[in-house]
Amino acid sequence: MELNAFIIFFAAIFTSNILLTNFLGMCSFLSVSKEIESSMGLGMAVTFVMTVTSAINYVVYHYVLVPLDIIYLQYIIFIIVIAAFVQLTEMVLERFSPLLYYSLGIFLPLITVNCAILGVSLFMIIRDYSFLQAVAYGAGSGLGWLLAILALAGIRKRIKDKYVPTGLVGAGLSLIITGIMALAFVGFSGIVVIQ
Amino acid sequence: MKKKDIFTTSAFTQNSVWRQILGICSALAVTNLMLNSLVMGLGVIFTLALSGFTISLIREYIPKRIRMMVQILIIASYVIIVDLFLKAYYPEISKSLGPYVGLIITNCIIMGRAEAFAGKNVPIDSMIDGIGAGVGYTLVLLLIAFVRELFGFGSLFGIPILGDWWTKWSIMVMAPSAFFMLAVLIWIINTPRQRRG
Repeated sequence: MELNAFIIFFAAIFTSNILLTNFLGMCSFLSVSKEIESSMGLGMAVTFVMTVTSAINYVVYHYVLVPLDIIYLQYIIFIIVIAAFVQLTEMVLERFSPLLYYSLGIFLPLITVNCAILGVSLFMIIRDYSFLQAVAYGAGSGLGWLLAILALAGIRKRIKDKYVPTGLVGAGLSLIITGIMALAFVGFSGIVVIQ
Repeated sequence: MKKKDIFTTSAFTQNSVWRQILGICSALAVTNLMLNSLVMGLGVIFTLALSGFTISLIREYIPKRIRMMVQILIIASYVIIVDLFLKAYYPEISKSLGPYVGLIITNCIIMGRAEAFAGKNVPIDSMIDGIGAGVGYTLVLLLIAFVRELFGFGSLFGIPILGDWWTKWSIMVMAPSAFFMLAVLIWIINTPRQRRG
């Protein structure tokens, strides 16, 4: 399968949105989407970590795990890479950009257990992407996630004071909104399909 | 607390999916087929039970600062066992579950139980708690999968039930219906509870 990295980038945002079609990163998606500003912060942190870790994990997988024939350790290695990278980012930010650290810093620990990050690394291995495709997929997925959480935060803000059945308040309502958003994104699926 | 109470609390009254909204990534992703849901559920029960047991066993020796890291590594080791087992004996199911087996590692339920229960209680109790949480999770998965597979494919566990006259609701197999189904489930479960109290 030879797909242009550019096409993968767009497909990851719209047609195969990591959240709306692969259901990854739901936990933080539901809990953080109460406010637009924190959604933006978390979304940007996710995009950054996703892009870089998909690149690192690609290199680690193809140049360390495959030659040594220890592919079965991939889960442990990937999660260590992600955790270590998040920790490193946190320290670098704290040292060089306190301002950015205060806006993004609190979200970084949340990211280690965000399944979307590990999911992107696993998908890129399963789909056998090249390096460029993997990075494009990571960046696209991150942006797609950012788009979804921003949209949900915006909608939730609008309907905050409206009447909803009591049983639906909170998670139930967010899930229904997400479902409608997913329906809208299904409309994109005619453009291009990546498996 | 009695062993039986530990089980019912974590399986039903404090069910991770509908009470705490944890671990729903995979609850949504694999529920278009009953078989996938069942296998996924069994994998989660196995991982929850044994990781709870192990974490509880060494809870005195884990330094506070690196607690999360140690827990993730223990969980990941058990997930690798599940993954290798599926690849060896059920390659087709392993293929259709794709990355979601590996993603059990980041399933918030497992970390949640490790933090909330296994870190504070004795090994046997932690194991029962893990099995309870896993059974509760599997029940939710099967419930959603039952509706989605029945209406989406007209079958259950791959066996045709509804016959040829049934027009398949292909939306049920697609992503949006998973969100709707889970929302409706949470709605149904929450309603009487709020009316009472």
